[in-house]
Amino acid sequence: MVAIGLIYVIRLFFLQVLDSSYKIEAEINAIEKVVDYPYRGLIYDRNGDLLVFNTPVFDITVVTKEFKLTDTVLFCNRFGITPEEFKKLMVDIKNPKKNIGYSRNKPQTLFKQLSLEDFAHIQDYMNDYPGLYTQARTVRSYSYASAANALGYIGEIGPKALEKQSDGYYKQGDYIGQSGLELYYEKELRGKRGVKYIMKDVHGVLKGKYRGGVFDTISAPGENLISTFDIDLQQYGEKLLQNKIGCVVAIEPQTGEILAFISSPTYDPNLLTGRKYSANYKELEKDPYKPLFNRPLMAMYPPGSIFKLAQAAVALQEGVITDKSRFPCDKTLVNCHNHPSPQDLRGAIQWSCNPYFYMVYKKMISQDKNPNKFKDTEINFDEWRHNMLTLGFGQKMLVDLPSSKSGNIPSNAYYDKIYGDLHWKFSTIYSLSIGQGEINVVPIQMANLAALIANKGWYITPHFIKSIGKDGHILEEYKNKHVTSVEPKYFEPIIDGMEQVVLGGTAYWLKIKDIDICGKTGTAENPHGDDHSVYIAFAPKKEPKIAIAVYVENAGFGAMTAAPIAHLMIEKYLKDTITRKPLEDMILNKNLLHKVKVKP
Amino acid sequence: MRSDDKINITNNLDWIAVGFYILFVFLGWLNIYAVVYDPEAVSNIFDFSINSGKQLMWIGGAFLLIVAILVIDYKFYSTFSYIFYVLSMLILLATIFIGTEVNGSRSWLDLGIVRVQPAEFAKFTTALALARFLGNINTNIQRLDTMLKAAILLGIPCALILLQNETGGMLVFSAFILVMYREGLPGTLLLIGVFVTLLFVLTLAVGVKPILIGLGILFGLIIAYFLINRLRMTRKQLLNRLSIILLIFAMSVGFVFGVHKIFFEILQEHQRNRIMVLFDTELDIRDVGYHVHQSKIAIGSGDFFGKGFLEGTQTKFDFVPEQSTDFIFCTIGEEHGWFGSTILIILYVLFMMRLVFLAERQKDSFSRIYGYSVASIILFHFMVNIGMTIGLFPVIGIPLPFFSYGGSSLWSFTILLFVFLKLDSHRGQVLAGH
Repeated sequence: MVAIGLIYVIRLFFLQVLDSSYKIEAEINAIEKVVDYPYRGLIYDRNGDLLVFNTPVFDITVVTKEFKLTDTVLFCNRFGITPEEFKKLMVDIKNPKKNIGYSRNKPQTLFKQLSLEDFAHIQDYMNDYPGLYTQARTVRSYSYASAANALGYIGEIGPKALEKQSDGYYKQGDYIGQSGLELYYEKELRGKRGVKYIMKDVHGVLKGKYRGGVFDTISAPGENLISTFDIDLQQYGEKLLQNKIGCVVAIEPQTGEILAFISSPTYDPNLLTGRKYSANYKELEKDPYKPLFNRPLMAMYPPGSIFKLAQAAVALQEGVITDKSRFPCDKTLVNCHNHPSPQDLRGAIQWSCNPYFYMVYKKMISQDKNPNKFKDTEINFDEWRHNMLTLGFGQKMLVDLPSSKSGNIPSNAYYDKIYGDLHWKFSTIYSLSIGQGEINVVPIQMANLAALIANKGWYITPHFIKSIGKDGHILEEYKNKHVTSVEPKYFEPIIDGMEQVVLGGTAYWLKIKDIDICGKTGTAENPHGDDHSVYIAFAPKKEPKIAIAVYVENAGFGAMTAAPIAHLMIEKYLKDTITRKPLEDMILNKNLLHKVKVKP
Repeated sequence: MRSDDKINITNNLDWIAVGFYILFVFLGWLNIYAVVYDPEAVSNIFDFSINSGKQLMWIGGAFLLIVAILVIDYKFYSTFSYIFYVLSMLILLATIFIGTEVNGSRSWLDLGIVRVQPAEFAKFTTALALARFLGNINTNIQRLDTMLKAAILLGIPCALILLQNETGGMLVFSAFILVMYREGLPGTLLLIGVFVTLLFVLTLAVGVKPILIGLGILFGLIIAYFLINRLRMTRKQLLNRLSIILLIFAMSVGFVFGVHKIFFEILQEHQRNRIMVLFDTELDIRDVGYHVHQSKIAIGSGDFFGKGFLEGTQTKFDFVPEQSTDFIFCTIGEEHGWFGSTILIILYVLFMMRLVFLAERQKDSFSRIYGYSVASIILFHFMVNIGMTIGLFPVIGIPLPFFSYGGSSLWSFTILLFVFLKLDSHRGQVLAGH
């Protein structure tokens, strides 16, 4: 008797205390974890217009153990599915290889994300089919078919992301921001998921809260975001860029707030929600004009002539020229177009004189700090590069969007690698003087250049979100002023020159009454066909409200396509009316797609 | 002295055993309530529509039975033991034909308001009859005819219960072997029985090879023992012993091979499965093994101190079948953990030791044999019932005495125990006529 008692006590010790597998099985048996999905945060534009919101959708789930069909044909008719499709669906659901974690006692997704309308059709039939259940969730909806590349989209979490997550927050089937603001502000938007532990008996009948709900957590909705977008300006810009490949970034100079962020061609963000997500995504991915490519952050272009503004600022700071310095337009150095010569700095900007900036850059690179020509080049080039970095070039703009590119301001090491140490000098790199050659920038850096000139020497990293949640905080990095290495006074002549560009220079035909726009055209040579049309500007000259950069691929002179777009947008933003309809029509009717070489 | 008895029926009653009884019945009742307790619809423990209320009714009936047993003259039980036995056998026989079928066995008699299981009471009458038979001073258990008669006495209820298709109830009667061993049944018989059963079980559980190696080692050790101690016996004696040992060894090996051959070559697949479930409880957790698997989950999830009274999820939500009757131990295991289970097991062992102690102090052999029967039956129930819930015994549907829900079970054990306590209270008086 004692022996039996002892054996049992020992056996029980193993079973109850040492072996934990039974505890887990008991939980699987009786306790169901019900996730309470919070509402994802909403996104507004700067004027309070709702941009992104949630729409309810309905998943129909099936508990195969309870599900019995007497009339399959009727069922299929009611649910709008062919009997073959239905049969395949059920086979797939019951296949544990395809449907990992299949259990005949637990709900399995049968139909995903039915819209409210679709659900209304079948709602009445639900009661006729035991074992069918409804699970309400939400998908994202977008008020405007606009700003897709900035807003991004959400989607089911992928297997890699599921594995990589450190806090184990996400489960298979969860939705997560996949790109754009949805990805960058995922933590703020997602809110806090609630979990309820519910007890069920052997028949799956609910038996109340587990332990009276002490382990339950309450869900908290995600935080709403107020974006910096002006959705009217955004839409207008997208319209202007239709049938063109290119991008526009407009920034409020004092705050770094991005007013418009256009990547063309774009797509309707509503395509990447709900049931059609996968099909539409494939379609967009196949599009030869790459609508999913986020050009303002990722497209790397040679800056072209607008880079002369940066060259001028650095040269003035370095002291190699003054605003009074004159150089003749000597076309034997680099090609130029016909304009009065010689010019001082203002005139050189006004006429975008290539030989002038050739000389400016030559003076910067050859300051005779070292008797060795090559050594001297290295020293001066390094100094120059450092100055350029403070202007926001050659490094990632830490915008609140993922996957920003840094562009390229070549370094000593870069040229050493190509030509060998001390085997290159000014004559090797002179193309940089006019923004060609090895220099690459991303459009947002050019918009930022316009903003920092408008601010006379400082900028706040451009960003999309100006207020998070109820308390309206913003991320720390968007409060800091980045001060460039160029003193404010040196921006005066540059700004004057930019004013002259519009008043009587390369963009003279785009003057707008009452708005004092400072701009700079660019025509970026590139290996992909016709020159890119480039323009940066800010306005008004006094207390600038908007700084803008426009890139239109293969559109020729900056003054022909990019500058009109910029000016129309400036007018739209500052005056909210367009006075020059013919100009607007000219841009709207311009179709440049045929000029763009696409890979088949 | 006799007049004193009539005045005070509790005179000389062993209050320790009574205390255990009351404690077990009370704990059983609480656990039955825990099984039916539903946090969504909390019901009163006294509610007669639920099992705990009904059990309370059975407990009340048991109390009346106790009073009756204590009032009735102690000689009544020995005098009428054979008549009880014959009567109960007739009822068992009748049950085969007029019984109600429950879960495939025809062992219940529907009496209109209640259903009773006559097999439960047959244990009591058989214990009385066996005590009467073996208690007779002319009976010598060492003799073959006595053994045969005893076997028939036990065999009849076994056969009848087997015909009712209630295997579990039948197996309880093997507990009487312990009683007969106490009364002088040769130990070798018992030893052989245990040895053969062990060989059979192990052959199926671990296979032929390990068994043969084990047997080789065992017999090698025995032979070595005799060789070392040979000085005490003559050469002829030694050879005699050795040849007997080798013969037993050869028979064991033959038995092992035989079992294996019959089991794996002659039996059909489904027949084999039925037996294999006994050894591999995880064989099919959805079908045959479901009971044990769920039972182990319930007990195993109890941890050290359990989930707390009325907090169990497995037993309460019907994951364990028959949880208030045969699987009542799951509730204790789940809600009171290893700590509670251990206390219960210790209490049970102490209770059974008390019964053995009481049996041993009887001057009268009838009372002693009967007492041993009670202890053996309770031991068997205890061992098999708890053993099956933790996967050490095959699932044989027998209740945990005093704990399990059900009138037949509670009343039959009450009668079994209190008749013994009544006899014990008169242990000073030798039963006349034997």
